Amino acid sequence: MLYGLKIAFRYLTANKTQTGLLIAGVAVGVFVFIFMSALIGGLAVFLVQRTVGDIAHVTIEAPSRDPVSLMPEGVEALVVEQRATNQRQQLRTADAFLPLIDAMPGVAVTSQQIVGNGFLVRGVVTAPVSVTGVETDKVSAIANIEKALKSGSTDLSNSTVILGSKLADDLGVGVGQVVRLQSDQGVERAVVISGIFELGVEALDARSAIVSLATARTLFNLPQGISRVEIKLADLNQAPAMAERIAAETGLKATPWTEGNAQLLDGLRAQASSGNLIKAFALITIIIGVASALLLSTYRRRPEIGIMRAMGASRGFVIFVFVLQGALIGVFGGLIGAGLGYASLLPFPVPELAPPGGLPVDVRQGAYGLAIALTAIGAVLASILPARAAARVDPVSVIGQ
Amino acid sequence: MTALVEVRNLVKTYGEGEAETRVLKGLDLDLETGELAALLGPSGSGKSTLLTILGTLMRPTSGSHRMLGEDLTTASDRDLTEFRNRHIGFVFQFHHLLPDFTALENVIFPAAVEAGRETREARERGRELLVRVGLEHRMDYLATKLSGGQKQRVAIARALMNQPELVLADEPTGNLDRESAMQVMDLIGEINGREKTTFLISTHDEKIAEICRRQICVVDGRAEMGRERA
Repeated sequence: MLYGLKIAFRYLTANKTQTGLLIAGVAVGVFVFIFMSALIGGLAVFLVQRTVGDIAHVTIEAPSRDPVSLMPEGVEALVVEQRATNQRQQLRTADAFLPLIDAMPGVAVTSQQIVGNGFLVRGVVTAPVSVTGVETDKVSAIANIEKALKSGSTDLSNSTVILGSKLADDLGVGVGQVVRLQSDQGVERAVVISGIFELGVEALDARSAIVSLATARTLFNLPQGISRVEIKLADLNQAPAMAERIAAETGLKATPWTEGNAQLLDGLRAQASSGNLIKAFALITIIIGVASALLLSTYRRRPEIGIMRAMGASRGFVIFVFVLQGALIGVFGGLIGAGLGYASLLPFPVPELAPPGGLPVDVRQGAYGLAIALTAIGAVLASILPARAAARVDPVSVIGQ
Repeated sequence: MTALVEVRNLVKTYGEGEAETRVLKGLDLDLETGELAALLGPSGSGKSTLLTILGTLMRPTSGSHRMLGEDLTTASDRDLTEFRNRHIGFVFQFHHLLPDFTALENVIFPAAVEAGRETREARERGRELLVRVGLEHRMDYLATKLSGGQKQRVAIARALMNQPELVLADEPTGNLDRESAMQVMDLIGEINGREKTTFLISTHDEKIAEICRRQICVVDGRAEMGRERA
């Protein structure tokens, strides 16, 4: 083992230029692999962050109360079932299950909400709004309203409202002005605008009105219960599993964010596939490069291989020496490429903090270990053909040369 | 004396059909322990083929080849490689050293490849052999930095590394000037006399052959015994 390693190392260091170029080639391949991993991974984080950053990861709602057919079995009839619309769907037992959900590992924050539709009226101007009642200390629990605030504050009381910027512009109102909020239940309240935010999402900025949970109870005639619970998780990728678990433990309808963003996920999957393809090509290039260089080395060293065989080196020993050369090239090239990749990615900010228009590469997603391992394995595989060719060298044919 | 090598009715043919060439045609040969024998014969007579078969680098087409009592015609490739490593040394006309290795590393190669590493004992014996062939000042020189005579002396030291019973030398002085050739032959004679290692030396040089105690001529694929010195 040790002696084979010595010979492999000596052969590599005997021609420093060739070995240096070979390792540089492998390092470039590994660099491409790592850069693509970081770019594809970073882009995914960036897109998900931008898309999912201001929405709930899991939403708990009351199960729909569709009518149940009481027809006896065996009776055939055409029945039209109508969903009940005379009563607002609500979670009446939130107090019972919320402590359970809050205690689940992976749950970052929960937000009880009452939601409904209404109108915001100022003078003769009326705008349709989507009203969200939230706990006053959790205004920024789901969407980061605090960060998106253009003016005013996020302090909510029973007589204040926070509006989206587009909505405020349409009505021509600003912080401190009084508007009338009318719910679809016909209840009307005069509220003071305490803050105006801009999330950059048209649907939210043009229609959102955030009030306190107490105000929402009054507006929607909901003395008890809530409309939904929105949950933020520590790891948004755990949303489907967590939703399944919550549904199983509470019997409620829990929807992960992935259900409403199938197109985004398809896009991310396609992007990941493209990245994998580029990485595979980088790996194939490495394998072809190592194989061709070692084949050349095998041909050049035929006389020496013949002498080794004549001196008692087995075919296995010769194979071992050449495979080791491939492995050493792979490991050194992999380490250098990974080091260069890491060093070049380090100056980039993480995608969560990437400036608009910046390259969202993620130094954490360089897949360094995988790149080194795959390169080493690839280089070993690449060296098998030259190694077998070396082991087949007939000592008699080269000794006479 | 005990027969070290026994060859009976050895036949070696190359090619097939009309292209078939029979190089060895039923050759018989015995080599005793401690012999210093010259192998003579015109070019194409089969000397190199015989040495290659005796060195287990090639199998005969038919016939028997035994050494140290072992039948080498039926042994597996792996067994032959091990046998060669332990019992046979080679000295070639073009020395065939490993160019990226030092003189010492070349000498200890047969022992290192057997042990899987360069042992301290092997290094000590390698140094001792290089001192004996007069190269104590060239131990750490790369093979490529040595002169032709020095390379051949390194090759002889390498052939002796595993203390083989038989050393096969194919024109060991063919590429050297007269002075270097005589130095190499003196060295071979001294080792043969001291260690009783059997040497079979293929040569065209009558003067080299005269140094050997026994002369074997290969003529038309068969061995003919030449004169034997006392």
